[in-house]
Amino acid sequence: MIMHPQFHYEDVEVGSEIPSLEKNPTTQQLVKYAGASGDFYQIHYDKDYALGNGLPGVIIHGALKNAFLGQLMTDFAGAQGTLRRLAVQYRGMDQPGEKLIARGRVTRKAVEGGEHVVECEIWLENSKGDKNTTGTAIVVLPTRAG
Amino acid sequence: MADKLVTDEIKRRIGLQSEPFVVEVERGAIRRFAEAIGDPNPVFNDEKAARKSRFGTMIAPPTFCRSLGAVPLLREIGLGTHRILDGGSEWEYFEPIRPGDRITVVSRVADIREAKGRLGLMALVVVETTYTNQFGERCVTQRNTSIHY
Repeated sequence: MIMHPQFHYEDVEVGSEIPSLEKNPTTQQLVKYAGASGDFYQIHYDKDYALGNGLPGVIIHGALKNAFLGQLMTDFAGAQGTLRRLAVQYRGMDQPGEKLIARGRVTRKAVEGGEHVVECEIWLENSKGDKNTTGTAIVVLPTRAG
Repeated sequence: MADKLVTDEIKRRIGLQSEPFVVEVERGAIRRFAEAIGDPNPVFNDEKAARKSRFGTMIAPPTFCRSLGAVPLLREIGLGTHRILDGGSEWEYFEPIRPGDRITVVSRVADIREAKGRLGLMALVVVETTYTNQFGERCVTQRNTSIHY
């Protein structure tokens, strides 16, 4: 696991990228996710079924890609930060066996109701550079001022 | 294909609510979910390490509520379409979910609207699910959009 030091509100600049997260989903992970989430739609583990539905093969659960972006943000928030909001849209499909990189960029920072709020645009990028999953997230970070 | 998917009758399903149910969150279920998504964060996996966290215990990862079996309400809407895609989710977080919590799950049809896209005529359905703990504190709100065509 990649650990980075706790980010504080003062460390963060609008426009800067947050630490990225590399994920390598496999068909085995899709089966594990189906079991853990209870989403047994066959397009995620039955290749014949997926092909019969006009898909190029089994595809990654949108919700698993959502989870990857959740991990990106809880890693960024760190032990002292808090994830407040996470929104994702699925614009295209991704298949297992391909590296996905979760990335984010700070779009806004503000002190709201005494809290140090940081907003990010977030996305998953495949090896072709396609951004098939995009979204936004809001975290509250600790401040060095205490 | 019909020229209208979201009829006035379908629109009347907006506001439809599921029967609330209660699910107890097991520590093992949190750990299994974290393992399935490949998130090694100790607060989602390791009770001993998580005791030193500010929560004093393990907590559930951000999309864990996906595993709690919310009622999708899509059959009740009865669109009559054959294909469905997950369009995305919006999550709001309030209180963390901890092992042993008894979470009340309620879903409500928040919106149904028609759209035209690359798939032709589609219906976009937004279902909002709330997750409330045994102390009556809201933990999570999830708004999920599904695409029907």
